[in-house]
Amino acid sequence: MDNIAGTKSSLSWAVQISTVLLVALWLFPTVGLFVSSFRTADQISGSGWWKSLFPSEQTEQYRAADPDENRVADGDVFVVRGNIFAEAGEDASGKAISTWGTSSRAVSAYEAGAVAEMKGGETITVSGSGDYEWRGDEDQMSGRGQRVFVTVTSPPEFTLENYELVLFSGNATDGMAKAFFNTLTVTIPATIIPIVIAAFAAYALAWMDFPGRALLVAFVVGLLVVPLQLALIPLLKLHLGIGIGKGYLGVWLAHTGFGLPLAIYLLRNYMVGLPRDIIENARVDGATDFQIFTKIILPLSFPALASFAIFQFLWTWNDLLVAKVFLIDATGQTTVMTNQIVELLGTRGGNWEILATAAFVSIAVPLMVFFAMQKYLVRGLLAGSVK
Amino acid sequence: MHPAFQGILTIVIGVSGCLAYFYFSNQFLDKVLYPAKGPNAGRNINRANMIRPWLFLFPAMAALTVYLAYPVLETLRLSLTDRDQGGAFVWLDNYTQMFAEPKFWEAMRNNMLWLIVVPAMSTAFGLLAAQLTDRIKWGNIAKSLIFMPMAISFVGAAVIWKLVYDARPPGAEQIGILNAVYVWFTGNDPQQWLTVPFWNNFFLMVVLIWIQTGFAMVILSAALRGIPEETIEAAIVDGANPFQIFFKIKVPQIMSTIMVVWTTITLVVLKVFDIVFAMTNGQWETQVLANYMYDKLFRSLDWGVGSASAIIIMLLVTPILVWNVRNARKEMR
Repeated sequence: MDNIAGTKSSLSWAVQISTVLLVALWLFPTVGLFVSSFRTADQISGSGWWKSLFPSEQTEQYRAADPDENRVADGDVFVVRGNIFAEAGEDASGKAISTWGTSSRAVSAYEAGAVAEMKGGETITVSGSGDYEWRGDEDQMSGRGQRVFVTVTSPPEFTLENYELVLFSGNATDGMAKAFFNTLTVTIPATIIPIVIAAFAAYALAWMDFPGRALLVAFVVGLLVVPLQLALIPLLKLHLGIGIGKGYLGVWLAHTGFGLPLAIYLLRNYMVGLPRDIIENARVDGATDFQIFTKIILPLSFPALASFAIFQFLWTWNDLLVAKVFLIDATGQTTVMTNQIVELLGTRGGNWEILATAAFVSIAVPLMVFFAMQKYLVRGLLAGSVK
Repeated sequence: MHPAFQGILTIVIGVSGCLAYFYFSNQFLDKVLYPAKGPNAGRNINRANMIRPWLFLFPAMAALTVYLAYPVLETLRLSLTDRDQGGAFVWLDNYTQMFAEPKFWEAMRNNMLWLIVVPAMSTAFGLLAAQLTDRIKWGNIAKSLIFMPMAISFVGAAVIWKLVYDARPPGAEQIGILNAVYVWFTGNDPQQWLTVPFWNNFFLMVVLIWIQTGFAMVILSAALRGIPEETIEAAIVDGANPFQIFFKIKVPQIMSTIMVVWTTITLVVLKVFDIVFAMTNGQWETQVLANYMYDKLFRSLDWGVGSASAIIIMLLVTPILVWNVRNARKEMR
């Protein structure tokens, strides 16, 4: 299609631009969360995250230093000098004041560097960098510091405070550290155990001849689509009945059970495609099925094993329902990250700095796995659905 | 014991237990039960080979039966009983009670909307993305960026999109991009998008479409690559324009793959729970079946009606189940 005369250049431009737009549209929401997780609460509620990437202009109120302590005599008047950002404990570097004022009714009455005359000869001047000089007589230079309203352009500013709070503070409601380890504890056994069980079954279904094999394959394919919602109550009853109760063992078993159909299906499809010669030669040489399986089939099936491992990892890491039903009890000690985030949505609905950071902490691991092992994920998807 | 150690211990016990089971059961079969020596060696080998598949299959089949097959039947039974009457058999009472609830019909209506909109939009966007990225140099990067939401949990996606839909009071600076754009273009007051009945369903669907488009794109892109070049070349020679080539040559050839993508996304839609649970929890007329069921099972503790709604989900899935099993059986022959 690239070489249709006359249509190439305009169409290929259209394709490039549409692709850029589509990718931008798909990426935009995630980037928003990512950027927000590096902003303070005030920044997030003050402006949209997309503005945080550029210098922002805001009007804010500051106060000059306490005159009783800082004034210095200069002839018959007193002077207080300083930097208004420094007085408020802020970093002045990169900030630029365009206009300022001394009353909330006229916040941009003066240009930077201009001198404001107030009642009784009291004056104050604020420069573009925030340095000020405030002078007046003894009565005027006492009490509280002079209020100054400035319109200031600040450079983009980001912070790691949110991550500190969410990961290391140990705060029970906002902290994600414990939930992170709980999620990990759920995920790893729930990923590995089904692989072992399914691999043996897949081998039997692919390379062993026995009556009822077709029926069993159909059984597995059928179970592939059974909604796990149906399994919740009966299995919870079963777990409570045999004494497993709510806990890690229960959630491991449940994830194993729910992951098996896909595992068996993917692995069987892959193993069926392995060359028949190798297996038959091994048989002729006197290898047992167990040896063929462990020495030939398993190493050759690595791509399929990796595909399923990624699926199962993503699915168990991201799962909310199974954890809520089989794991999380009234004490909340075993909460997982997805559940923690849902609870934050309830208690911290407006605190985007905490929500965004918590969500990003839970998303980060799957994203890393995704980008590192995308090849196997795609391969697994193709093997799992296209016939 | 710390759960992390418990986890490691479980992996070790689980994996080595599985391996030990497979190894020793095979040993037992070959050495003790039917040894391949002595007067009956030939017969023993045959017998051992008849039993061996079942040794390989037993753990998986047992787990499947207990964790998936048995619950389906048990849920069916529970849906016909009443927990408050000590599990007495009440036939279809749970169903009639459920059908009388407006919330159930709201969930049904919404689920039908989801079933139409989400697979259609995901497949359409997936097809578009697959076609667009097919021949450009940075196509693979574009693909993996569109595919990325697949790795994000529904709950994470819910947070991401809640930020997009966020609304501040009129006059204040909008921090949700949707309201920022809306206010900027129309000058109207910002909207609480998730509380606008009926339309809020679509705002929830967007989240799932965003996630599933990548899946559709990956599968369809592979299918597009599989189309024989000759058919396209022939069309070009006959003077077809790019749009005709796409709709009349390419799409018909990958129709079966489109169907597979469509049904797979349909299955995801029927089970969708987390998105609604995290974003609106079924308020403002956004209830869906899976969340309705969760409400009944774990909030109202009404197992009868909860199981009945689970059975409704199962019934909706059944046509796809039958279709899949049929296809699988066709391939086996």
